[in-house]
Amino acid sequence: MEYQAPPFFKTGPTPLARLLILAALSLVLLVSDGRFHYLAPVRQVAAVILYPLQRIALAPVGIARRIGNFFVTHSSLRTENVRLARENFANEGMLQELKALRAENARLRALLGARQRFGVSATAAEVVYAARDPFSRRIIIDKGMRDEVEAGQPVVDEEGLLGQVTRVYPWLAEVTLVTDKSHFVPVQNLRNGLRAVLSGTGSDGVLELRFVPVNADHQNGDELVTSGIDGVYPPGLPVARVSQVERSATRLFARITCTPVAGVSNHTQVLLLSAQRDLAPRPAEQANPRRKGKARKR
Amino acid sequence: MATSRPAPQEILLPVKPGYIALTLVAALLLNLLPWSGYWLWIRPDFVALVVLYWCIEQPRKMGFIAAWLVGLFMDVADGTLFGQHALAYTVLAYAGVVLHRRVRMFAITPQALHVIPLFLMNDLIILTVRMLGGADFPGWHYFIGSFVAGALWPPLSALLKIPLRPKPDPYHV
Repeated sequence: MEYQAPPFFKTGPTPLARLLILAALSLVLLVSDGRFHYLAPVRQVAAVILYPLQRIALAPVGIARRIGNFFVTHSSLRTENVRLARENFANEGMLQELKALRAENARLRALLGARQRFGVSATAAEVVYAARDPFSRRIIIDKGMRDEVEAGQPVVDEEGLLGQVTRVYPWLAEVTLVTDKSHFVPVQNLRNGLRAVLSGTGSDGVLELRFVPVNADHQNGDELVTSGIDGVYPPGLPVARVSQVERSATRLFARITCTPVAGVSNHTQVLLLSAQRDLAPRPAEQANPRRKGKARKR
Repeated sequence: MATSRPAPQEILLPVKPGYIALTLVAALLLNLLPWSGYWLWIRPDFVALVVLYWCIEQPRKMGFIAAWLVGLFMDVADGTLFGQHALAYTVLAYAGVVLHRRVRMFAITPQALHVIPLFLMNDLIILTVRMLGGADFPGWHYFIGSFVAGALWPPLSALLKIPLRPKPDPYHV
């Protein structure tokens, strides 16, 4: 009978066994997060534990920024002040016009019996950092559940649409930018009202109009605004400008690249819009086995 | 080469688990710094660096579970798929534990050459997971961070050893 001496040291399972157990566990996590989105509560807990660390990591940047603000020169402040006053003046004029137009619009809509457009309220938020994941385009902002941020809220800067809130943590929220590959915005060409779907490409500053027929009337320089038919984005937000149109007979669709209007890679402050949406109830979802989990909620 | 001798080993104080945990938290902190632009390209994964360091230096003290947990925290911080860093760091820790005898035979600079492939493997696991999840290849600059991590290996090991040097005895004559 074979006899094996008892081990001197208790070491537990072998490294390979431990590796296999943990790798299997990671795979389970990956699948349940990627496919079924089960793990939101776990993520919340981890985010709360991580929050102080994130704050500490960001403290030097905040201090540097504050020191930089302290040493702003008098002349640069004056120039900025003059510029802001001028902008404010121009905006005032536009605002008055807007008020008149809004009243007129409401009256006309009432005459036509169309649904009223709802007002949009905005909260300012600060960008904490850009997510370091090279595969996606996301930013983290400093408003979260505590400030009643909800997933699906559109985020804009002073130029146009930036993206939408996709994950909300207690003190922070994650915004997926329009340039993210899995981000789609229904848009409308401002020149002729043509509708299309704009998607990110995963690289900064390049968007793409998807599934546009070769003969569709899109030209270089056309402005694209949100069409509002998805119920996520309020209609009329500027999103992108067409920068290149490639039509080739060998392809089914035209290849139309656009550049985002908003500064998707350089911003410190953003606006969170919360639109009171009054949408028709969603039609019952048809059983479609090919529906990928990529579609955004709401 | 017959002339190559094993690198002389310093006699250091025993490593406390608390010290390992502290260095892991510090690495996590470095990863959490708001890197942007070109810095993001050359940013080494500090957590992977520290995990691998302890797995090679103290394979009995650095647990796989610790590696797995910091991986989970990285996933939350980056907003990536839950478990991708956890998987990569666990495999990295395993590779470190399996190869620790071999790697420690070498002086510190050749050690750096040994760990670069391990960091590349770490990147490759994350890349595979993401590409299976439908992401695009982000470009070759994605791998630059691993070489930077390899270059940081000698300074890191020097830095982490400082608190472990025995203090000179003040009563020693």
